[in-house]
Amino acid sequence: MNAHHQSALAQKLLFLADDELILAHRNSEWTGHGPILEEDIAFTNIALDEMGHAATWHRLRQELTGEEVDTAVFFRDPAAYRNVQLVELPNSDWAFSMLRQYLFDVYELVHLAQLAASSYRPLAEAAAKIRIEEIYHLRHTAAWVTRLGLGTAESNQRMQAALDTHWPYAHQLFVEMPEDAVLAEMGTAVSPTSLLDEWQQITTAHLTQANLIIPTNHTPPTTDRADHTDHLTSLLAEMQSVARQYPTAVW
Amino acid sequence: MYGQETDPDYPTKLAEFEARIARGEKIEPGDWMPERYRKQLVRMISQHAHSEVVGMLPEGAWITRAPNLRRKQVLLAKVQDEAGHGQYLYHAAETLGATREEMLQALLTGQAKYSSIFNYPTVTWSDMGAIGWLVDGAAIMNQTMLAQCSYGPYSRAMVRICAEEGFHKKQGQEMIIQYAQGTPEQKAMAQDSINRFWWPTLMMFGPHDSASTNSDELTRWGIKTKSNDQLRQEFVNELVPLLHALGLEVPDPDLRYDEESGNWISGEINWNEFWQVVKGNGPMNAARLQARQEAHDNGRWVREALAAYAERDV
Repeated sequence: MNAHHQSALAQKLLFLADDELILAHRNSEWTGHGPILEEDIAFTNIALDEMGHAATWHRLRQELTGEEVDTAVFFRDPAAYRNVQLVELPNSDWAFSMLRQYLFDVYELVHLAQLAASSYRPLAEAAAKIRIEEIYHLRHTAAWVTRLGLGTAESNQRMQAALDTHWPYAHQLFVEMPEDAVLAEMGTAVSPTSLLDEWQQITTAHLTQANLIIPTNHTPPTTDRADHTDHLTSLLAEMQSVARQYPTAVW
Repeated sequence: MYGQETDPDYPTKLAEFEARIARGEKIEPGDWMPERYRKQLVRMISQHAHSEVVGMLPEGAWITRAPNLRRKQVLLAKVQDEAGHGQYLYHAAETLGATREEMLQALLTGQAKYSSIFNYPTVTWSDMGAIGWLVDGAAIMNQTMLAQCSYGPYSRAMVRICAEEGFHKKQGQEMIIQYAQGTPEQKAMAQDSINRFWWPTLMMFGPHDSASTNSDELTRWGIKTKSNDQLRQEFVNELVPLLHALGLEVPDPDLRYDEESGNWISGEINWNEFWQVVKGNGPMNAARLQARQEAHDNGRWVREALAAYAERDV
């Protein structure tokens, strides 16, 4: 693997890790505040899985760059984070978080199926392993989409509002970054753009069955992973607060 | 099934019931039991379940701020375990005819209590260590006793819960040990956490035996097999030498070792503070209940949607 290829791969692992970590952070904010105790268990478990996946991607990246996982997580500035904006938006109601997790789960399953065929073995193996957990996440969130979409007028309305908010942001997952193009050419990872059709087919069918309408407007416009909302700054300020206050301490 | 004292056969049935307990048999759902036994158990088990659920809040507040990824994962898993314990315990109480809705209402209206320890704030990261080591350590002492209790479902729930609590305690102890040997700031932080959590942890064991109104009946019916003061003494004896070995101080100027009994004798607990917190006037009582109330209110539409969907499915 030449240096150019290797640095593209390291960056791709950052895309994967940052999405998982920031989503796990948002999900973990629900812990202890869920609508039913059973979801304090289930949704926390999903957060824990996503956090574990972030750690997995970071460890693969560390093999390439030598940067420690905790350094990458706790001592990297917002401008260097490469998660999509979808995952950094602050939680509002349960519909908002559940629908976001659903849209992300479908993307992950479609994506991981492709990554499991990567010519870079560590990536392929990790993707195959993570995919098994993601199947359960999708089963859980897809069931919630159905229940809330078809539950009451209020739950349907809240889900529709969540979908209207998330839909344009979710499209950022499929924007090709320069590193994606390099990796696609080398056969290391498919370009995310090639996953969009399948994601749209799956989500559209399921959401429509849940009596939800696929939005047609695209506001805000889709940007790439280098762009963030100001929510990421406050999220990271909180996440990194203890680690950065005592930079020489081992916790 | 639930014996009333007005029932002419009550004395005979009670004698049989107490003989079963004396033989070490477990009482199971559906067996005859005095109504008082059922009431006491529902009170204790639901209080215990509420403690798990409210107990998610002080630690949950630090998940987003954990200083490394490993600690973050451990804390998230720990708080999730607490939700799981709450769930087992609500189910155990349901076997005695209580419903989840009634129990939650009792919590939200302040009728039901939960462990007073959760009415104290968590102000630094090392409070996660103090809660794991001191608070969960104290809870394990009580729960190990309850794992022997006469009511089958509660006893079995406790066996499972104790196994998990063992890990909670270890991760907390590991943190305090590490920080006591870490940077000067970490050591100061650990000492500060111990200073704040020591006395409230001793209060977790409840009033002195002489002032405990429920104890006699609970002991006779095999629900409690050790007294509050006995358990508290075991806890102090275990913790004091370990804290001293780490170079940490116990915030009790009257603490002394009694050669004769081999006990570490504590100074007097501030019972006024204890009763104030129990009555709802602790530093975080209002905030904890408000957080539970908000979760309940914000989740109402979700629960209504689930119910509506379930109807539709039929």
